[in-house]
Amino acid sequence: MILLIIIGMALVTIVPRFVPAYIVDKVHFPNWVNRWLNAIPYAALGALIFPGILTVIPDKPHIGFFGALTAVVLSFLGLNIIIAVIGATLTVYVLTM
Amino acid sequence: MIQKGVAKGFPIMLGYLPIAITYGVLGEQAGMSVTEITLMSVMVFAGASQFMGVNMIALGTGAMEIIIATFVLNFRHFVMSLSFMNRVRGIGLKWKVPLSFGLTDETFAVASLHPEKAKEENGGYFYAALMLTAYSSWVIGSFLGGVLGDIVPSSLSQSMGIALYAMFIGLLIPSVKKEWRVGLIAVFAMLINYSASFIMSQGWAIVLGTVLGGFIGIPLLKEDEKE
Repeated sequence: MILLIIIGMALVTIVPRFVPAYIVDKVHFPNWVNRWLNAIPYAALGALIFPGILTVIPDKPHIGFFGALTAVVLSFLGLNIIIAVIGATLTVYVLTM
Repeated sequence: MIQKGVAKGFPIMLGYLPIAITYGVLGEQAGMSVTEITLMSVMVFAGASQFMGVNMIALGTGAMEIIIATFVLNFRHFVMSLSFMNRVRGIGLKWKVPLSFGLTDETFAVASLHPEKAKEENGGYFYAALMLTAYSSWVIGSFLGGVLGDIVPSSLSQSMGIALYAMFIGLLIPSVKKEWRVGLIAVFAMLINYSASFIMSQGWAIVLGTVLGGFIGIPLLKEDEKE
């Protein structure tokens, strides 16, 4: 039963991932579509960050907020992304102690 | 190229390991065998949907419901894949199809910020190495979580939950510093996702935020081209 679930989950995840590989090979997009697609990474990052980050500690949204703030400040200072990840994790760890 | 790909995949690895271990622990608690836990990571490779799947398995939800919910949650990868494949047109179908299997929120975000590699010689190896670094840490972490069970202190694993979000922020901020319009696109997507989350599932809200947020890029990035 669990195997069936895994296979089903894999299929519905994989198909939307690889269909675009064929689409872009067959079709040439007008300029505005290219601009839209080039904006997608930034839009996706935005949608993935907020409001999800507030649910890191489900009933304490402020902890996620301060973790985010640490990551924003550290990356704004031009520090490596790994430092931002470690800094945010430590912030959440300290605040949940 | 391979080395550069692994280097760019390293932060993803750092974010994936603790989360994969947590997933493995939860899977074990849901009554899944280590083989099933690992197999799901090998075959699905999509963190959020695996957590949801394990949760629903633990609740005894039917297979069809779990599969449909997975489709809804992961449909955002269709939009991401379309964007990524359009950026790396040059590398050919023999690269694009295998790379598409390795596309997650995180590998997409990192790979998309390096579109120039697709124009370089052997650029395909860069993306493949990046994705395999992420993939292997996800699979190994899941296996470890399943085997070790509940030995990671919960306060630590809970704090690790912010790792991937922090990574997304760490990817976004340098781009915003270079071009403020990019930040506007992201904020727009955040607001749409937030508003939509009241009336639809999390999966569709993220899809809508990404698609509509991208639309504001059409006029914004146009000005960029003129300059």
